[in-house]
Amino acid sequence: MNLLLRKLKMGRLTEKGGNSLTNQKPSKLPSSFRQSLQARHLDCGSCNGCDWELTALGNSFYDHQHLGIDFVASPRHADLLMCTGPGSTQLLMAAHETYEAMPRPKWVVAVGDCAIDGGVFRGAYACEEGIGKVLTVDVEIPGCPPKPEDIIKALLEFMGKR
Amino acid sequence: MQGLREYLQSYHSCPDIEIVEWEKQEGIVDVPPRDLPEILTYCLAMRPRPIWLTHVVNDERQLGRGFCLYLVLHFPGMDFSLTLGAKGINDEFPSLAKIFPALNWSEREAQDLFGLHAVGHPDPRSLVLHPGWPKGFHPLRKDYKTGEEGKNFKRAPLVFPEMHGDGIFQVPVGPIHAGIIEPGHFRFYAIGEPVLHLEAQLFYTHKGIEKLVEGRSIEEGLRIIERVCGVCALSHGLAYCEAVEKLANVKVSRSALLWRTILAELERVYNHIGDIGNMCAGVGFAIGNANGSQSKEKLQRLNLKFFGHRFLRGMVVPGGVKSILNSKDCQTLLSQLLEIAKDFEEWIPLLLHHDGFRQRAVTTGVLKSESAVDMGVTGPAARASGIANDWRELHAHLLYPELNLQSMVEQEGDCWSRLVVRVKEARESFRFLQTLLEEGMTESEGKSDTSNPFSSRKLRPWQPAWGCVESPRGTDVVWLMVDEEAKIYRCRIRSASYANWPAVPLTVPGNIVPDFPLINKSFELCYSCCDR
Repeated sequence: MNLLLRKLKMGRLTEKGGNSLTNQKPSKLPSSFRQSLQARHLDCGSCNGCDWELTALGNSFYDHQHLGIDFVASPRHADLLMCTGPGSTQLLMAAHETYEAMPRPKWVVAVGDCAIDGGVFRGAYACEEGIGKVLTVDVEIPGCPPKPEDIIKALLEFMGKR
Repeated sequence: MQGLREYLQSYHSCPDIEIVEWEKQEGIVDVPPRDLPEILTYCLAMRPRPIWLTHVVNDERQLGRGFCLYLVLHFPGMDFSLTLGAKGINDEFPSLAKIFPALNWSEREAQDLFGLHAVGHPDPRSLVLHPGWPKGFHPLRKDYKTGEEGKNFKRAPLVFPEMHGDGIFQVPVGPIHAGIIEPGHFRFYAIGEPVLHLEAQLFYTHKGIEKLVEGRSIEEGLRIIERVCGVCALSHGLAYCEAVEKLANVKVSRSALLWRTILAELERVYNHIGDIGNMCAGVGFAIGNANGSQSKEKLQRLNLKFFGHRFLRGMVVPGGVKSILNSKDCQTLLSQLLEIAKDFEEWIPLLLHHDGFRQRAVTTGVLKSESAVDMGVTGPAARASGIANDWRELHAHLLYPELNLQSMVEQEGDCWSRLVVRVKEARESFRFLQTLLEEGMTESEGKSDTSNPFSSRKLRPWQPAWGCVESPRGTDVVWLMVDEEAKIYRCRIRSASYANWPAVPLTVPGNIVPDFPLINKSFELCYSCCDR
């Protein structure tokens, strides 16, 4: 009973916007990808700050699913590879395999400063200076870590929404 | 600690043991490497049994001391920390892992990164460096300069123990997992549903941070140390600053201590509440996860609004804090925190009284108390196994002595106990925050912390110093040594996750494979600050 009351009371918290967004801006994406995108997260040696912000996209404030963005379990289902971290050497092979496992067309997003250019980890012996050194990056989302709203905004812009 | 001191002084009436420093709370003793096992055995037999803070190997050949090994132990009850320093190591040192298994990983790491040999180590496989690096690659040696080795890294197959028998099969998982999780490879050896054995291969996110900070200034170092771990950023930064302040012999003002305590507790509540929600995600209990992530988001938004960063980065600086709130902001922060605390009390019974959830979590992933002691486990994981080792209680620092803090202990050691410990600690943290913020309000605005005693101080070179903070996952220890120009010579980061990870595989056998996500999330360890 308590549980039911709680559920009713919680209702929907998601901030306004959401479903009302339409594709107004130009986007380089094929039209079938502008409504929804399936993303796969790939941690390439991040400090986990960006990872937690990606996780936060799923909470009831941001609720990425109602914007047509979803995180999928397998790269086989993914359109988008969202990379965090500078690209740690010991993970690079696995990162390549993940990218190769994705069907075409596919895009890569560098989430956070260190995914873009290595950030504070530039010059460390066991990492690259950004994931762009090993994969072709299509979207960059700066920040250390970028706030969830920055990530959402960047993705919506990529889809031509808003 | 008189007994310990007398023991060391009369140790075989040995002139090689030198008591460098012996004060009320800290001692530094130089011992010959060969005597380490016997001295450690003596220390571990003391009651209450000491806990380990950190184990550091340092290349001091340039100073004519060879390789040096530092082991920092803390004696609870007496609030005394002892640094055993063993100097003059050439290429091997006696392994202590058989006497104290907590040092297992740290010694294997020293073998990898320094190319030393831990004599008598029970499991000398490489740990931090995966197979595939060029031979003779020991990056933490001072004569190694960061070069092209990364380009020459060729992935080689990982080595795992074989297991044979009717019906035994292996389930390899990772390094890349389904979901937004950090990378690590797990190999389950299962027979039917139950797991027989689990091997965890971590260090996929190893970047070489400890080498990266060498030669940097204290401020640059702080920027990097805060990025060792996203969610324990404040604890790492604070531990680092404490070490720096010890080297500079600086006493921090009460106002700075107050705000540091507030920040540490803010970090704890947002993590604990998020972790409680994540445990629900581990069993697919959606409403618990939704509530947890929602409260965490509210708390992180407060962090952003009042301190400028969702993960509280950049707030702690050597000598003090970057800024403090005025009394009006204190008031607003407190009232919003109390609202979240009230909301927490409303939804937490849903979890605690949910039969399905209880059935998944009770008796799952038991960490025995003896194992926790042997493995040097820290944080909520240790407290859920009946070990009262909250660093905030053991060591008088920040404003914790005034808060009458007590370790929240549960006895069963299962996932449920780890959840309950977090619930209790989150409640306590809200209570502390109320007390602390009320004090913050009464502080007059003019007295803000602008006079930083640190700026003009000289740091003592070539001296070991450590800082330790109870992060949401346990004690984070930063060990530091600087050179004459106050540049970092060696910085060792022993995070709570590093201490706890070796214990996780012990808790899995006997459980079924689908329980692993719950067990993993009940420890809620970070890969990044373990791998560094």
